[in-house]
Amino acid sequence: MKTDIPEQAQLRANEAELIKRVCNGDREAFYELVQPYERLVYATAISVVKNPADAEEVAQEAVLKAFSNLASFRAESKFSTWMLQITYNEARMRLRKAHSHLYESIDDPRQSEDGDYWPKDFADWRPIPSELFETDEVRQAIQNATNSLRAIYREVFVLRDVQNLSTKETATILGISEVAVKIRLLRARLQMRDTLAPGIDGCGVRGQPYQKVRPW
Amino acid sequence: MSTIEISCLEVWREISNFLDDEVSSEMRERMEAHFKECQHCKAVLDGTRNVVGLVGDGQLFQMPHGFNKRLYKKIQGAT
Repeated sequence: MKTDIPEQAQLRANEAELIKRVCNGDREAFYELVQPYERLVYATAISVVKNPADAEEVAQEAVLKAFSNLASFRAESKFSTWMLQITYNEARMRLRKAHSHLYESIDDPRQSEDGDYWPKDFADWRPIPSELFETDEVRQAIQNATNSLRAIYREVFVLRDVQNLSTKETATILGISEVAVKIRLLRARLQMRDTLAPGIDGCGVRGQPYQKVRPW
Repeated sequence: MSTIEISCLEVWREISNFLDDEVSSEMRERMEAHFKECQHCKAVLDGTRNVVGLVGDGQLFQMPHGFNKRLYKKIQGAT
């Protein structure tokens, strides 16, 4: 096993101390433990359930579950990885309950990453004006493009590219191999590029209606 | 010694690993030679790199207003 770099070792030591305090009944320590990962927990939830209100509920449920199961946490993985695994499972469970009647199940085997993806032929990428870069409109366009990805690609894309987690961590959280993470990330990135690139402003997912995602 | 040519399809399969600097030096060389010749693949590379750059600041999903407070309250009320 690779040795942690000093900051990571320090972080783990701090977290271990907080966990001990929580197990001794210090509730404040739990908030201190979870607080740095709030955004990650929320992003993981929304990558599965898509909708902000559901994502918040999932995040809360996951955090509460982590709280009541903290004694069972073994420091073999990072606390954040464990926390995100719980979040991901919680989000999937919610989706299963909510969409059990829908045609496209989240476990649909047709959602496979087999086969090559052929990127569309655009001459180049139209530069995004810098004043638009930070606007809600642009963020919304990217969110829409992200939401147009199929679940298995979206989850990997959010953890790897939006939240900058490693391939290994992403694989652990999602319960898939590192090879699968790489294959899905490739597909997600190419499809995001096709969705946001010039010349086309809609998603090209087969079997889904045309969706405009680029408002500018 | 000249590099061995590579097809567009092979380039697309590796383009994500290329961006993450996870290809062998030999593959990197072959891909770079290909990008010099092939405008389409160069556009795919640039566009894909733009995507990664656009979303990578972690700010894409803004937490709903008051998220932290509500979460804190939940923890306070947990049994």
